[in-house]
Amino acid sequence: MAASGSDTVSVVERTRPLTIGGGIVAAHFLGRTAAFILGEEAIVLAAPDGESRRIAAHGGAILATAADGARIVSGGDDGKLVATDANGETRVVASDPKHRWIDHVALGPDGAVAWSAGKTAYVQAKESNSQSNKQSNREPRAFEAPSTVGGLAFFPKGFRLAIAHYNGATLWFPNAAGAAPERLEWKGSHLGAAVSPDGRFLVTTMQEPMLHGWRLVDRQHMRMSGYAARVMSLSWSASGEWLATSGAAQLVLWPFQSKDGPMGKTPRLLTPSGHRIDVVACHPRTDVIAAGYNNGLVLLARIEDGAEILAKTPGDVPVTALAWSGDGRLLAWGTESGEAGIIDLG
Amino acid sequence: MSEQSLSEKSPVSEKIPVTVLTGYLGAGKTTLLNRILSEPHGKRYAVIVNEFGEIGIDNDLVVGVDEEVFEMNNGCICCTVRGDLVRILDGLMRRKGKFDAIIVETTGLADPAPVAQTFFIDENVGRKTKLDAVVTVADAKWLNERLKDAPEAKNQIAFADVILINKTDLVSPEELSDIEARIRGINPYAKLHKTERAKVPLDAVLGRNAFDLDRILDLEPDFLGGDDHDHHNHNHDHGHDHDHGHGGLKHYHDEEMQSIALRTDKPLDPDKFLPWVQDLVQKEGPNILRCKGILAFKDDDQRFVFQGVHMILDGDHQRPWKAGEKRDSRIVFIGRNLPGKMITDGFESCIAK
Repeated sequence: MAASGSDTVSVVERTRPLTIGGGIVAAHFLGRTAAFILGEEAIVLAAPDGESRRIAAHGGAILATAADGARIVSGGDDGKLVATDANGETRVVASDPKHRWIDHVALGPDGAVAWSAGKTAYVQAKESNSQSNKQSNREPRAFEAPSTVGGLAFFPKGFRLAIAHYNGATLWFPNAAGAAPERLEWKGSHLGAAVSPDGRFLVTTMQEPMLHGWRLVDRQHMRMSGYAARVMSLSWSASGEWLATSGAAQLVLWPFQSKDGPMGKTPRLLTPSGHRIDVVACHPRTDVIAAGYNNGLVLLARIEDGAEILAKTPGDVPVTALAWSGDGRLLAWGTESGEAGIIDLG
Repeated sequence: MSEQSLSEKSPVSEKIPVTVLTGYLGAGKTTLLNRILSEPHGKRYAVIVNEFGEIGIDNDLVVGVDEEVFEMNNGCICCTVRGDLVRILDGLMRRKGKFDAIIVETTGLADPAPVAQTFFIDENVGRKTKLDAVVTVADAKWLNERLKDAPEAKNQIAFADVILINKTDLVSPEELSDIEARIRGINPYAKLHKTERAKVPLDAVLGRNAFDLDRILDLEPDFLGGDDHDHHNHNHDHGHDHDHGHGGLKHYHDEEMQSIALRTDKPLDPDKFLPWVQDLVQKEGPNILRCKGILAFKDDDQRFVFQGVHMILDGDHQRPWKAGEKRDSRIVFIGRNLPGKMITDGFESCIAK
């Protein structure tokens, strides 16, 4: 096993440890500034020069976040959708009129943002400077899902949103007035959504320890099962050819190179371990994946040959957050108990 | 033997206990909830409610939800979870440290089973929280009627770990005795309390550990008035409703919902028992609301304990049998139209040769 082998390559000594002061639920990068999302109230920004700042973002739990390199949007149990930038400036993007929890958020191409509260999904296009369409674009549009929204994902191109819910998912073109949203059926509770970078596949995580997928051109189903636990983390490889997933005692990679996607194929399995992977994050430039385990271990794995690099030694608490900087030189990790580190891979 | 074991992940002590309050419309759930929240106990509760606005306590940890019962995609119709709880409990646990326990108030028409199953099926929920007990509030005046016309009310009684017979001031002692016997005919194992305006010591409804495998061993019927007559090996599969006197308390058998208690002092063969009970809950799971057992296996110095909700079973070795402790095996089923003879015969066929 890699983690204990004496000849394992390690980058642990390149880690700058941080004390965050609260359980971490997610991490993102804003440029070269790492952002650690706490379970409640705050985002901690760790700039490259070593200075950490605690930014008050919500009045209670932070339930969901998304980032596009320039800003983080976060949804809270205070009913607020908040945008935070690298300078620590926060702005309330939307407030739920009934103070419902903002359960899910997504950022799309061209700066669009989506969020959901209960059964209602909202999208808002990028703020425009043009006077003519400012009013219409700024007004969020709402879609009423058949059940509580389980997950949201934008398509890489076009103003189109995938909404996961009970018994399937819905594809919604908010700008196509009059066009009925497209319903994809599959029994069960769908709790997360991911659209492939080429826009040809939608994958959902389910209440059961499995994924479901649709090839959108013909709505062919893909069932991806065999997990030990519910899949909580999905990440597309830089090439778009692989979908990395948590939920098993090894890194499960589903192949999406061909037009059939993973249909009829077995996944590639890397970094076997006695512990379960809880979070995955693919490197933005090369086909390397960071995997965080529920015993605190973080490994980097190269898809091509399965080579492993130790990034964090195991501890007692699960890794809950992993994020790469946009240039792929920095990797941030965080744990359930608030330990964190930034690894400079140079 | 479980789909997902509740026990392995983190120490039980760190898990936040969740109490489920059920009861038919108007029985007094909200009265009990307000009592729990307003008494000076120094504890902080997060509360998940379905009908907003009735709670008289200002608390930012009160969450309103719509109950969403989701079927699992495994071909088993009774294998359901409460999707809203999966979501809300995950959100609440991000604020752990802000509260000591969670209370879920269901709607009057809710089935407690999907709530309980959520803790068995969802690993994320089961790792951070634990189901403490299902507490059912019953209306002393109207429960009899509801047991006839509302299957939900009967489910809630059958499923309960603790039952409050509330509004006792509205009925005569005879009527109260009658309703108590009706409840006992369905669920002889729940702890029973007679209350006015849901006035009950809080430790009677909170901190019960009713789903803790180490604490489920309360398998003796909880008869009041010291009426501890023996029910073991008593097959309740009667074809008709009847009642007869028993130490002053009438004895009803519910036509539809019964409990079956079985006991043997002969060691069981685990290679027979475990497949048998798995097969039984696979076939009869929709009708079996709950089951529990303490088992003495042949050539095994450890007590084995298990519990189940419909088709989901959770079991483990608990502790060594103590010196001098009687190595009995006892199991209990509560359910609807249970095939008593088949279950009794099946159990006896598991005795080690």
